[in-house]
Amino acid sequence: MSDARSDIFARIREALKVKAPKPHLKGDANAGKSSVAAKPWLPEGGDDAEGSLLILAEQLAKLKAVLIRVPDRASASKALANLSLSKKWKKVAFHGHELLRPIAAGLSCETWEADASFDKQRLEGCDAGITTCESIVAQLGSILVSSATSGGRALSVLPHVHVVVAEAAQVVPDLGAALALARARHGEQLPSMLSFITGPSRTGDIERILVLGAHGPKELYLILIG
Amino acid sequence: MSDAKSIFLKDATVNAADGDQRAFIRKALGGYYTNRDLQKARYRDWEMARDVASMAKWTAVNDLANVLEKFVGNFERNGGVVHWARDAAEARAIILKIAEDANAKAIVKSKCMTSEEIHLNDALEKAGYGVVESDLGEFIQQLRGEAPYHFVFPCMHVKREAISELFTKHLGTAPTDSPEELTMIARRHLRQLYIDADIGITGANFLIAETGQISITENEGNARLTAALPRIHIALSGIEKVVNYLDDLSVLLPMLATAGAGQPMTCYNTLYSGPRKKGECDGPEQFHLVLLDNARTRLLADPEQRDALHCIRCGACLNVCPIFKNIGGLAYGTTYQGPIGSVITPHLRGLKQWNHLSGASSLCGACTDACPVRIDLHHHLLHNRRNAAKESPTLFDRLFHNGFNFVIKRPWLFAAGGRIFRATLPFLQKLPLPYMRAWMKTRDLPKAPSQSFRDQWKNQNV
Repeated sequence: MSDARSDIFARIREALKVKAPKPHLKGDANAGKSSVAAKPWLPEGGDDAEGSLLILAEQLAKLKAVLIRVPDRASASKALANLSLSKKWKKVAFHGHELLRPIAAGLSCETWEADASFDKQRLEGCDAGITTCESIVAQLGSILVSSATSGGRALSVLPHVHVVVAEAAQVVPDLGAALALARARHGEQLPSMLSFITGPSRTGDIERILVLGAHGPKELYLILIG
Repeated sequence: MSDAKSIFLKDATVNAADGDQRAFIRKALGGYYTNRDLQKARYRDWEMARDVASMAKWTAVNDLANVLEKFVGNFERNGGVVHWARDAAEARAIILKIAEDANAKAIVKSKCMTSEEIHLNDALEKAGYGVVESDLGEFIQQLRGEAPYHFVFPCMHVKREAISELFTKHLGTAPTDSPEELTMIARRHLRQLYIDADIGITGANFLIAETGQISITENEGNARLTAALPRIHIALSGIEKVVNYLDDLSVLLPMLATAGAGQPMTCYNTLYSGPRKKGECDGPEQFHLVLLDNARTRLLADPEQRDALHCIRCGACLNVCPIFKNIGGLAYGTTYQGPIGSVITPHLRGLKQWNHLSGASSLCGACTDACPVRIDLHHHLLHNRRNAAKESPTLFDRLFHNGFNFVIKRPWLFAAGGRIFRATLPFLQKLPLPYMRAWMKTRDLPKAPSQSFRDQWKNQNV
């Protein structure tokens, strides 16, 4: 008996001997290349940095994510400390990134750099997880985190609150730009996880009524510097 | 009549008469229509986006062998292990073997329709593993012991009171009528299960050939946790999910969310390539991908309906389908409900037993209009009807069509037949004619005109 792999490939090659007609299209769809850079048919992502920031703010508000804009790192640290106090956080885990270390140092609660192999139970017990990100997509209000630059896979999703600290220069207009940037940065060595986070975790499974915080964070904060 | 058909007719009749349930489903979908339209309006050209999305899938599906080969090469280079399954039994055996080799006990799953297709939970439970569905809707359906009602909204037909009772019975929690509190009960219950599980099983929405990544779309964060905390990650996917380029996702991900749930993007869209890498602080030690055929190549072999493999499982066609809204998702008796299910199930499970689903359609075309990847759904329902009549015509089909063929070629016989038909029409109403009974039960035949159309035409001297 031949193996499953070659059987399946044989079935596919046999099936494709008869060509299928091309779909009925409205335009020429750039002859099927969705890989062209500009996609002027998708939602707008802004023509310049200012335009993108405006769209981003609007999208995040609709997603019920909180955008906190600060001028510099010192005020980012202050904003985070205030947030921690008002929310009465006791334990906070953060990604040991050079941007985050000084900012997290301003916190008065217990902090923990969750970057080596860690106890999952301990992370679950944290009130908040603080990470950086790869980029931020204005078009959709999505934040791209990765296992390489955002403290692994669990830090951005297991604690009850997720705080992202980023520089305004990390905002890109659209999804295509964010994907291209990640590839340019990591090359062949892509992180084992790249995740677009678009608002706090949500579900509509009960009577299609929106509830935030299904399994992931109930609250999502973006502290944007500059 | 096939078993599947008689069950379908019985369930569909009962459900269509349940006005209360139908109103509940309509209300549940109300918010979806509004949000979908708001999000679609943000697209500068939705129709062009549909063109691009459908071409991205068309290009990959029509070159499936090469694209799949490229994907697998890159996936393996990233450190993942690929397994091939010709059918459901092979896929189950592969997953059982991985679990056995890993000496696993507890398994947590995120939503994966392909696993429903191969009845994975039954197999795992029989083998003694504890399996928990982590998507809220799937979790509720698992507790109810019922198949998903809708492949995107699995428990949209269940009222909050019933969910509260279910949780009280199985989890011992206090009754509540708040969806928020019910969600938090499930959240608290499942958190520990992710941490304790040995294996996490997920599906895959897209396989990206050029990078060897798999893409998973979700809202709740349960798939993220399933792929982060257990020491083994198994993903199960149909072979048709592959696309050529990473950049294809910049069109497909937002469209999937908008068409399927009226969102700009679903909450988590995650790309996985391999297990935990050197220098990363968490993630699974092993990453397995089970690639399933299970008759997908049969659909591939039909060039007329091949585009049904472009489906990205957004569920838009269900949400707009008058049949789905009236008979509900469970009556279909299929893994994939609604128009797309009616199109593909005959290919996956046999035309003779499942062609009745293609008859349950008003051919209004709302599904085709809603499809973000332009699958010609309502025409495929007609293609299935034609193929079924060709493959195994019923006696009635044969008599009727041969008879019609004979009469229509002979004008004098057609005229005579018309006269007889007009004269006997009042009596036909009372005859228990097969095929007519269901129609006549609730309707009267129209009154016969005194003259045929041809006579009227002639007498007008046009």
